[in-house]
Amino acid sequence: MNLSVNLPGLTLKNPVMPASGCFAFGKEFAQFYDLASLGAVIMKAATKERRFGNGTPRVAETSSGMLNAIGLQNPGVESIISDEIPFLRNHNLPIIANVAGSTVEEYGEVAEQISSHVDAIELNISCPNVKEGGVQFGTDPLLAKEVIRYVVEVSTVPVYVKLSPNVTDIVGMALAAEEAGASGLSMINTLTGMRIDPKTRKPVIANGTGGLSGAAIKPISIRMIHQVYQAVTIPIIGMGGIETAEDVLEYLLAGASAVAIGSANFKNPFICKEVIEDLPATLSRYGFSSVEQAIGGANDEKVETSVLRP
Amino acid sequence: MKNERMTILRHEKVARDTHLLVLEGKLVQEIADPGQFVHVRIDGFYLRRPISIADYNLENSTVTLIYKVMGDGTKALTRSQVGDRLDVLGPGGQGFPTTSIYSDHALIIGGGIGVPPLYSTAKNLKENGLAVTSILGFRSREDAFLLDEFRALGEVHVTTEDGSLGKSGRVTDALSDVREDYQLYLSCGPTVMLKAVADQHPDTPGYLSMEERMGCGIGACFACVVESNDEKGYKRICCDGPVFKSGEVVLS
Repeated sequence: MNLSVNLPGLTLKNPVMPASGCFAFGKEFAQFYDLASLGAVIMKAATKERRFGNGTPRVAETSSGMLNAIGLQNPGVESIISDEIPFLRNHNLPIIANVAGSTVEEYGEVAEQISSHVDAIELNISCPNVKEGGVQFGTDPLLAKEVIRYVVEVSTVPVYVKLSPNVTDIVGMALAAEEAGASGLSMINTLTGMRIDPKTRKPVIANGTGGLSGAAIKPISIRMIHQVYQAVTIPIIGMGGIETAEDVLEYLLAGASAVAIGSANFKNPFICKEVIEDLPATLSRYGFSSVEQAIGGANDEKVETSVLRP
Repeated sequence: MKNERMTILRHEKVARDTHLLVLEGKLVQEIADPGQFVHVRIDGFYLRRPISIADYNLENSTVTLIYKVMGDGTKALTRSQVGDRLDVLGPGGQGFPTTSIYSDHALIIGGGIGVPPLYSTAKNLKENGLAVTSILGFRSREDAFLLDEFRALGEVHVTTEDGSLGKSGRVTDALSDVREDYQLYLSCGPTVMLKAVADQHPDTPGYLSMEERMGCGIGACFACVVESNDEKGYKRICCDGPVFKSGEVVLS
């Protein structure tokens, strides 16, 4: 079974990677399995200066998912370059840096600094949990274009734009990213949500709102990728609620070329490895002999025959 | 840290909304110190539940957990039965360093569901030759547990908020009843209690065990972060803690 996928800047031996913010910089998961089995790794968001993040509680469970409002806590781009990237480099896998900021200039500075140390950038214009920047760039196509153009210009590696689902027109945002020079898209970030504790009559999460992730959001992400795949020519890294190899296949069929696993890492630290191991048998069960064959299959079929279809 | 399906050997109610669970499995051998925790997966719930280790037995490979029903997840856990297997990740975090504590007399201060991890802590200290005095605080008589077990280890002072058992008030109200020659304190409970305890002991070394809602429980998600007084500025409760030296973290 050929699991490999080639994307701008990324030669992936398989299409599965941990999603940003759910894997830190890999060290904690390296105690459970060899990170070299991953297709790639998307690091936790980097900002120019170190950030402490939001107050606690920062997470709350929901039906089939969770809310989080970490607030982009990270040690700052310089520390990530010197203290975190070398560890991941030792595991011989493509590294994607998630880049965040509050201003166009900050996004640019972080991208410029980090791009020579990684294989691609995931431009985070969709974090719902910070007061400045973040999702405001990801919900306005004009602002998005401005920051994407600037980051693409200063980066030495391909830029994947991480889209927010908190918009009415996801295709419009995707087209704006493509026009501004993005090499790919990353879909989707979390959906803004809230839980209220009847005892305190206040939101459970200290930040008030948090980003909804997990199995609950998978159908939304699948729908958005299915829509966007038809409108753009750049590749999509799909994410949102993936827990099994069948979920991965669903994402590939919708139009993702690779996938990221997020919250599921919290309940099962082995999830990425297990899904990668299950993927060949799952693909073959549905009549595919490679990952490539399945990409976009729900939009335009590439494989004419399958035992499972009438 | 291991991920294992542990077998339930005992599961019973020990106080109001409070249940004791004895599990058997290999990961017990990895427990380094009392005060560590395990991260338990409950069928139908998205996030694991961190539960502190009340006691453990390396010979029998058993671990005792005491948990409180706080919501739907822990309520569902009460329905698991002897013989069932539970998906457990652990042991996690840094516990009370009982083997490197050199002292004559230690004061244990536990509040509510913060009491359990202090039990094996007190036991280890006693085995190491320390005198152990305990102050255990509960909301009321129906919530109290482990009292006889702690009494077997030394002097015990009980407080309840409604006065239905022991002294009426909070754990700090019982400090004046304790012989003052203790050289360190070890405490676990809600953060407000830990702060009150630490404020009463500006010059006495202490260890505090904190609780917080967790995501991954292994240090990767940054959900359970507390501000710290070092250069880095933060600690992750799940892996840098849950036990910290007093003064190491900012209690607010």
